[in-house]
Amino acid sequence: MFALFSALESGVIYAIMALGVYLSFRILDFPDLTVDGSFVTGAAISAGLIVHGQSPFIATLAGMLAGFIAGCFTGILHTKGKINPLLSGILMMIALYSINLRIMEQRSNVPLLGEGTIFSITTSYWQKLGLDSMLNQLFTAIGLGDSLPKTWGIFIVMAIVTLLIKWAADWFLKTEIGLALRATGDNKRMIRSFSANTDGLTVLGLGLSNALVAFAGALIAQYGGFADVGMGIGMIIIGLASVIIGEALFGTKSIARATLAVVLGAVVYRIIIAFALQIEFFETGDLKLITALIVVCSLILPKLLEARKEQARKTKRKLTNGKSMDRKGEEIAASKLGS
Amino acid sequence: MRRLLHLNSVHKIFNEDTPDEKIGLSNINLKLEPGDFVTVIGSNGAGKSTLMNVISGVLFPDAGEIRIKGKNILSLPEHKRSRFIGRVFQDPMAGTAPTMTIEENLAMAYARNKRRTLRRGITKRSRDFFQEAVKSLHLGLENRFTAKVGLLSGGERQALSLLMATFTEPDILLLDEHTAALDPSRAALITKLTKQIVAEHGLTTMMVTHNMQQAIDLGNRLIMMDKGQIILDVDEVNKRSLTVESLLNEFQRIRGEKMASDRALLS
Repeated sequence: MFALFSALESGVIYAIMALGVYLSFRILDFPDLTVDGSFVTGAAISAGLIVHGQSPFIATLAGMLAGFIAGCFTGILHTKGKINPLLSGILMMIALYSINLRIMEQRSNVPLLGEGTIFSITTSYWQKLGLDSMLNQLFTAIGLGDSLPKTWGIFIVMAIVTLLIKWAADWFLKTEIGLALRATGDNKRMIRSFSANTDGLTVLGLGLSNALVAFAGALIAQYGGFADVGMGIGMIIIGLASVIIGEALFGTKSIARATLAVVLGAVVYRIIIAFALQIEFFETGDLKLITALIVVCSLILPKLLEARKEQARKTKRKLTNGKSMDRKGEEIAASKLGS
Repeated sequence: MRRLLHLNSVHKIFNEDTPDEKIGLSNINLKLEPGDFVTVIGSNGAGKSTLMNVISGVLFPDAGEIRIKGKNILSLPEHKRSRFIGRVFQDPMAGTAPTMTIEENLAMAYARNKRRTLRRGITKRSRDFFQEAVKSLHLGLENRFTAKVGLLSGGERQALSLLMATFTEPDILLLDEHTAALDPSRAALITKLTKQIVAEHGLTTMMVTHNMQQAIDLGNRLIMMDKGQIILDVDEVNKRSLTVESLLNEFQRIRGEKMASDRALLS
């Protein structure tokens, strides 16, 4: 049960990354593979700065900024260089691999053991509040006493930060620039005819998306206690899994609903992974395989369900039609008999 | 008085120096006065759409100049020209954003000649204004303000596109066969709305059409194009006596051949 709580914790952090993927994948309709690289860039820069004695907050912001720049480059490759979206992302991802190694001074792993991180600072403040024992007593009282974490600080602080980012995204997507950004993903020709610079908006959108991804990367590095050059592999798929699971479970009626769905989707994804790893057969190395399977399932299952519903509707229609035709026959027969 | 739109010996050649070389526009000279409503006809490949695209900035001409209100606009990219050029496309899906609501679409169109900022896209005041504007269409769209535009029919979307292109009163309105993809009754509705809106705002308009009767009925001036050239320019007085037949005869007289478009003949 303890794994479940850490799934919740990492889920709310990864939700920020998923919001970034939502921005590029859904809002801009741009499958951006830069994510695999920019996640590590955020982690590497923040870890590097922390090791060199910078404040964790400044280190995290610097990581975020680097992600923004990386995303802008992908956007420029696509809009000015006229390179296909997928290829622009892949090129940037590969380029970032080397850049990330440079940032990490050619080491594949930068440990943060014993360093002050955002989480060590916030939890020390949190513990002064003394809310942990209160929460734990509450949960013990309702009979959940056996699965309590050491501290609630990380989860609660991160949940607040993530919801703030979600709220900011909702707000931004309703501003004049935000509307034009959404239209850029929806109908480029239309919004160009209303004097919006679609190239500039694409660059901006990818920048913001990767800023969020790098922010999540910086936080995950501090949460896990290290930055690793391979920690971004498959990150785009995890982001997609969160977006797709969230949308399937919680709906996309409005922007606010969709972003909430993405956040919850990221948490659900972590919980599914946590449960999957409880199964004896699976090993930690199977994580990517499980992720791929989850995405495949969440893409195919809704379609299968829809097809089955459609089939059921058809047979129902056939039955009612058949009945009315029989009746028609009877009526004709009756009228003939009557005459 | 300055000309509103002035095209001066504009040339456009596609695939130059290849076997597929094709003349798009050849020595186009055209002057529009404020308030002119010009209909443009011609067979397929005559250069009607190329003319529209050169004015709106989708294509750049190889030679010549284009002035709007005396200002040369050739150096401006498409999105900057959109500040003073309104457009409605042939495809009813092209003029609106399907996953966004009716009011969001209107808000984006309304921001055409402003700098987009981080202010709210839709305010209470702008919403009231949009409501009034949509009511003028008489399609009941004012009751479906928060519906996504993708749920509207082709005719409704085209009416909305027309409203969005015009309610900020652009200097020039370009209509590129905007009724061609609709069924006859919807096309008639859009034609009626076009007439009403253009008259109401006094918009300077160019309308490309394949429908000769429509070209004769609407506007105060008619232009016929063929092989990238303007071959006939009928002014207001002479336009009143035009018929489809006299137009076809005129084409034959000028070109020495029959007009090669079944589509134009049939419609």
